[in-house]
Amino acid sequence: MTPHVLTRSLDRSATIFLVVVAGLGVLIPLSNLLLPAGSMFQVPTYLVALFGKYACYAILALSIDLIWGYCGILSLGHGAFFALGGYAMGMYLMRQIGSRGVYGNPILPDFMVFLNYPSLPWYWYGFDMFWFAALMVLVVPGLLAFCFGWLAFRSRVTGVYLSIITQAMTYALLLAFFRNDFGFGGNNGLTDFKDILGFNVQADGTRAALFALSCLALIVTFLICRAVVTSKLGKVLIAIRDAESRTRFLGYRVESYKLFVFTLSACMAGVAGALYVPQVGIINPSEFAPGNSIEAVIWVAVGGRGTLVGAALGAVVVNYAKTYFTSGPLAPYWLFMLGALFILVTLLLPKGIVGTFSAWRASRKETQRANAESADLEDGVGEPKPAE
Amino acid sequence: MPANFLHRIRAVLLAILLTATFAVPALAGPFEDAVAKFANDDFSDTDEAIGAVATSGNPLAFPIISALQEGRLSADPDTKKVFVTGSDGKIIDAATGAAVDKLPDNAAAVRLNNRLRRAVEAALGGLTLLSPDPAKRIAAAQSVFKSHEESALAVIDDALAKETNKGAKAAFTEARAAILLYKPDATEVEKLEAVAVVKARGDQEAMALLTGLSGDVPPNVARAAASAITSIQSNLAMWSMVQNAWYGLSLGSVLLLAAIGLAITFGVMGVINMAHGEMVMIGAYTTFVVQEVIRTRYPGLFDYSLLIAVPLAFLVAGAIGVLIERGIIRFLYGRPLETLLATWGLSLVLQQAVRTMFGPTNREVGNPSWMSGAFELGQITITYNRLWILCFTLAVFVILLAMLRYTALGLEMRAVTQNRRMAASMGIATSRVDALTFGLGSGIAGIAGVALSQIDNVSPNLGQSYIIDSFMVVVFGGVGNLWGTLVGAFTLGIANKFLEPVAGAVLGKIAILVLIILFIQKRPRGLFALKGRAVEA
Repeated sequence: MTPHVLTRSLDRSATIFLVVVAGLGVLIPLSNLLLPAGSMFQVPTYLVALFGKYACYAILALSIDLIWGYCGILSLGHGAFFALGGYAMGMYLMRQIGSRGVYGNPILPDFMVFLNYPSLPWYWYGFDMFWFAALMVLVVPGLLAFCFGWLAFRSRVTGVYLSIITQAMTYALLLAFFRNDFGFGGNNGLTDFKDILGFNVQADGTRAALFALSCLALIVTFLICRAVVTSKLGKVLIAIRDAESRTRFLGYRVESYKLFVFTLSACMAGVAGALYVPQVGIINPSEFAPGNSIEAVIWVAVGGRGTLVGAALGAVVVNYAKTYFTSGPLAPYWLFMLGALFILVTLLLPKGIVGTFSAWRASRKETQRANAESADLEDGVGEPKPAE
Repeated sequence: MPANFLHRIRAVLLAILLTATFAVPALAGPFEDAVAKFANDDFSDTDEAIGAVATSGNPLAFPIISALQEGRLSADPDTKKVFVTGSDGKIIDAATGAAVDKLPDNAAAVRLNNRLRRAVEAALGGLTLLSPDPAKRIAAAQSVFKSHEESALAVIDDALAKETNKGAKAAFTEARAAILLYKPDATEVEKLEAVAVVKARGDQEAMALLTGLSGDVPPNVARAAASAITSIQSNLAMWSMVQNAWYGLSLGSVLLLAAIGLAITFGVMGVINMAHGEMVMIGAYTTFVVQEVIRTRYPGLFDYSLLIAVPLAFLVAGAIGVLIERGIIRFLYGRPLETLLATWGLSLVLQQAVRTMFGPTNREVGNPSWMSGAFELGQITITYNRLWILCFTLAVFVILLAMLRYTALGLEMRAVTQNRRMAASMGIATSRVDALTFGLGSGIAGIAGVALSQIDNVSPNLGQSYIIDSFMVVVFGGVGNLWGTLVGAFTLGIANKFLEPVAGAVLGKIAILVLIILFIQKRPRGLFALKGRAVEA
């Protein structure tokens, strides 16, 4: 009875979610481009970029929810996949600068000229082509996740051990990308982008298009996640989350399922990062910081793990709060609030906003139906009476 | 080299000048005559004066010659009086050492040319070689060893004959050997002996000296030098191994101190405390506060500040730990991943709280006198603070081990680690054990903070820099057994320090992380995993 109710309510919330995202994805760019500046309904460009950032975070949150909410894998290193996707896109954007850089070198990006690189390192080959960079956005995080997951899941590293190891992974990458001789711009990262596919990244039109694309990517990611979790595969994932050993004893190859969903999730995070970079205009090693990954997990927890809509909602809500508080006089207290959010959500709101809301509605429906049934029963009991 | 030498001399000179500005018994005779020659403003007279003053044995010789070198020696051509202007501006009569109020109007600085400058330098070197302070003699001999200036040979021989101090004697012998090695007209036997002396010294400088030897030495000497170089090299390689091992032990002790509390809480309760690093930080700030109070109220107690800080840090961090357990973690049992998130949030709050209270910048925590300084062991230098921390860590480890083995709480903790439900059914109050364990783990983290405050910056981020490494130790060593933590910490520490020279600090760290990820393929539960029913619990 309950699962049926749950799917139906999920369906409705999914529809609402898709309509809202699609609507925003169309209306915001249109209002930004078509309405005159200063008009009440005109969305200024900086807000478009900000909302675009939120959309990317929402994709990242979805990817974390897919593995944590549905398969019980708590990755504290998902920021690494996000950043890798971002770096792949950043490399493409760097190559597009061409001879317009400070040093005017047609091949080498500025930082390489500065660090006396004799020629382009081999791993930068191909990034002047968009299709290659776009492929790498998926392949690099996916491959890392595959190798990492293959090693971890095969030896049955689970629970907090896995969380710690993923955190160590992103920490190692953080250290590596901070190095100048690693070939990715060291401390400063990649920045000063000029154009993407021939369009100026700073232009209003490009920003609006990137926002629309981010919304589209969010919708596609959502649909893929939904397809996965509602399929039979999704049922196995949930079984793994709830009783891993039992699922294994039932004959399922637990590690294969985990590996698949982990890799898929990493690819999604990579896409989020790739869309994030041109809108923010910079990618640097601090994206690998373990703190970022954990923060992304808390978005999911706030919105509601195991509810896809909740994850996306949580990302937007928490980041909106972050923008609001860190830009105001309350900035010194933001970390207190973020910390308190971690504690309070885990203690008091374990299902998150959406989970709590749907549980509340389900219970209300239950009571309503029970009331109706008892009313029916009373009627039913009452009806025959006259006949008697 | 000469620049370095000069620099050294100048430092020595300052010290001497400060004491020498006071009156010195006046002697009539050759010294005064020699000094008067400075006033003749004639280069050859000045040269003679330098030689005579330098060999006079008069305590004023050094201030005079060094003042000459720095253009602070002035002479009155009419009265033939010579004056030394100290670097502090005080003026003395060079012949008598008596203080003078001001320079005569027609006094002019004694001029030098390049030939005289060399003479001055040699004279100064000789003067320090004959200094009454053995430490200065040794330093001067060392610099001669490095410069192997042939002109110093006579003084060295002279000094060597008179020398009674053992250390200074050795230094002079080495300096003499260095000069002979590079002296073109030294005999082959002398040179071979010199090689042997330099070889016995066996450090980086000895090797530089031997490698610098040019090709025009007799073949026997060249062969001896080559074999000496290889022997020194292997000797140095051995010492650098010892040095790496020592650094590794030191890092390992720090890691052990930081990780041991984490291992206990993880072992007993199965929760990872992400705020563990902040407990370390709180311990360090406790030390800071203790030292502040001592500095302002009881400055005499400064050397005992750490002894006071250790129990205090244990209590403060332990109390906060118990509060955390009772207030947050208690409600999250059975949900280890959520505990992880909640404690992470807590770590953010604690960091920000400390930042608000003490400011975001580093706070200064001093070393008590018994912890500062270093001593030499062969070719390596061991600092006292690292040595103390190693001893302290081992002491904490032993106490903890004894506590787990011989006390009632230890027994209960081990029981809960092995099988919580069985322990509960045997009448152990598991929730009480949990709270105490968490307090104990946090308290030890606080103690770790006291130790770390001695070698690291005390800032709100102190804990974060250790937390991932501590996790690695726990993952590597396995839980439920303190020996695993010990072996894990020292293995990681030593491996880190041995990889560092090969791969660089950052790559070494990355390599360690990768190795750990590969290691848990073989042993997913660490080196010393619990076996039996506890595994799936």
